[in-house]
Amino acid sequence: MNVTQQIINAIWLGSVYSLFSLGYALVFSVLGVLNLAHSAIFMWGAFIGLVSVLYFGFPVWLSVPVAMIGAGLLAVLLERVAFAPLRARGAPRISQLISSIGASILLVSVAQLIFQQLFGAQMLARFPLGSIPTDPIEGLPFNVTPIQVIILVVALVLMVLLQLLISRTRLGQRMRAVAFNTRTASLLGINVGGIFVFTFFLAGALAGAAGVLFGLAYNALTPFIGEAIALKGLTVIVLGGLGNIQGALIGGFVVAGLEVFSIAAGGSNYRDAIVFSLLFLILLVRPQGLVGQKEGTRA
Amino acid sequence: MKSAARLFLILLILVPALAMAQEATPEAVASVPMGTSACPAPATLSGEVTIGAVLTLSGGASVYGGPQQAAIQLAVDQVNEAGYLGGATLNVIFEDSASENEQAINAMTKLVEEDQVVAVLGPTLSREAFSADPVAQDNGTVVMGVSNTAIGITDMGEFVFRDSLPEAAVIPGVIGQATELLGLTRVGLLYANDDDFTVSGYEVMRDAFSELGIEIVGEETYATGDVDFNAQLTNLLSGDPDVLAVSALAAEAVQITLQARALGYDGYIIGGNGFNSPAVLEQTGADSEGLIVGGAWNIGNPTPTGESVYFVAAYEAATDSSPDQFAAQAYTGAWLLAEAIRCADSADRTAVRDSLAGIVDYATPLGVFSFDENRNPIHAPVAQIVREGRFVVLTAETGVLGE
Repeated sequence: MNVTQQIINAIWLGSVYSLFSLGYALVFSVLGVLNLAHSAIFMWGAFIGLVSVLYFGFPVWLSVPVAMIGAGLLAVLLERVAFAPLRARGAPRISQLISSIGASILLVSVAQLIFQQLFGAQMLARFPLGSIPTDPIEGLPFNVTPIQVIILVVALVLMVLLQLLISRTRLGQRMRAVAFNTRTASLLGINVGGIFVFTFFLAGALAGAAGVLFGLAYNALTPFIGEAIALKGLTVIVLGGLGNIQGALIGGFVVAGLEVFSIAAGGSNYRDAIVFSLLFLILLVRPQGLVGQKEGTRA
Repeated sequence: MKSAARLFLILLILVPALAMAQEATPEAVASVPMGTSACPAPATLSGEVTIGAVLTLSGGASVYGGPQQAAIQLAVDQVNEAGYLGGATLNVIFEDSASENEQAINAMTKLVEEDQVVAVLGPTLSREAFSADPVAQDNGTVVMGVSNTAIGITDMGEFVFRDSLPEAAVIPGVIGQATELLGLTRVGLLYANDDDFTVSGYEVMRDAFSELGIEIVGEETYATGDVDFNAQLTNLLSGDPDVLAVSALAAEAVQITLQARALGYDGYIIGGNGFNSPAVLEQTGADSEGLIVGGAWNIGNPTPTGESVYFVAAYEAATDSSPDQFAAQAYTGAWLLAEAIRCADSADRTAVRDSLAGIVDYATPLGVFSFDENRNPIHAPVAQIVREGRFVVLTAETGVLGE
């Protein structure tokens, strides 16, 4: 067994999972609601990045900020259409959850229509070959490609920036206040609606970045790329403690490590069984997650 | 004496020239693009003979149905132009299965019971065939799969045929040829364990390698829809195989090839049917070097039959695109039905079945074609290796990588 290479594989996969899960965790921490359309936004981020390269001739690096802005705006729209009206009516959180499922199906279906038009019946699209260097970096004792390093760095930078934003800025303070108690925050003069919109934008932008980086790394985009990672992302945030930013980060690497090493140990047949058994176990034994806090002190 | 020598010389030049001229424009290629029929033109058959086709013209598998429809229409037009059925004309009714089993059953029922067709081509997918073929069998109507490769298709009954080589027939041939030519000794296996098609492909591969006494250094699985295969590949490569055998669908085939190369593996990759597509070559670029696939037919075959050349030219002229294996098999299927109807000299369903089952050594784009006693196709598969982005026939020379 090539342990070094498997560790590299795990770190790399973990950075993809973590980046995806950050937005999930962020929305949950502020709204207390799971946004199950997050995976659809992720897919749209990848798609927007791809279209900017294929049809507008943008350089590949520029597709990342473009995807972030596009996916962020899409998430804001989602908030306005699928969440805000329900919140205004004081509907229970479960309604918002179901509303987000509906939004997710809608977003995927629209993407299916567009993919079919643009890329034919297989609905499979790729960044042009050669736009990303795929040859391993030479002179290392293990194999890693430049794009893998770039994604790891971008993921870590975005995570640090998000952490700083939430813990060190006025805006972050307001987000935490809203997360703690919407009514109190509103009485303190915080524009709660604005904070919600901003939170969704931020989560969407993170999903967009994750999407386009995922697209570049694996280079096989379909309208369904969000589905597999949605479940993994859910495992990650439950594992890390729902709505906990560091938890999402650590959880991503734990889930990826578990996947990779269950395969490395010869159990590729049981990979998903092992990961989801862990999810089950965590829910039973430690529902607040690995690094989670008690309800009420969140965010 | 002098004039006799001159006459002799002229004859010497003329005779081969005449022979060559005859070879260049034989009736077989010019008027009947499908080789020569075993039977004379039908004497009693007249009017319109209708066949049906159930294809995935929409839905998830529509990428296959489109070329199949174009190829069948082309074959039917050629049959009529050539007067292949004597006084009768061939007509085809296309039905869309929408890539769904229920829809395939509806389409088959309509063709067989309402339209009273003589025979049916399709359905495109094996699972649709398992659902819909019993309808044709119960009504005593020939149904011929032109792309069904799953095990057990023709076990459904004596009216069920196929002209598509099952994976079980392609893979062992290719693995045998590759082993012999390249001297393979160690293999790593990778496959999706949640798909009937890829699992049966894997089983065939495993058995073929075991029979040849090749050491299997590892077996790894993944789930359809996965995109990251690094962990599995790392595992396999640590066993230092000289060939990777992969049973995957096209989407994963591309990812697996790219990721294996990114992990520094530059040896052979033997793939199942999923790899046999121009799209896989296009999307893997230089990383496709050393990919070995077997197929029923490939446009890149450097030594095609005359029928194959004729088919490619006619298909390209008719559709402005290049045919794939699915088109070639659908085209052959329509011609096989035409030949069966011609030889039966009848539009009676049972007569056509018997005549179809008796087809032997019929020259088609797929090669010299016969049905075995189980109504499965017999023709040679092509073992191909990718060199410089193109499929070439695998030989001891083309199999040497790293030049």
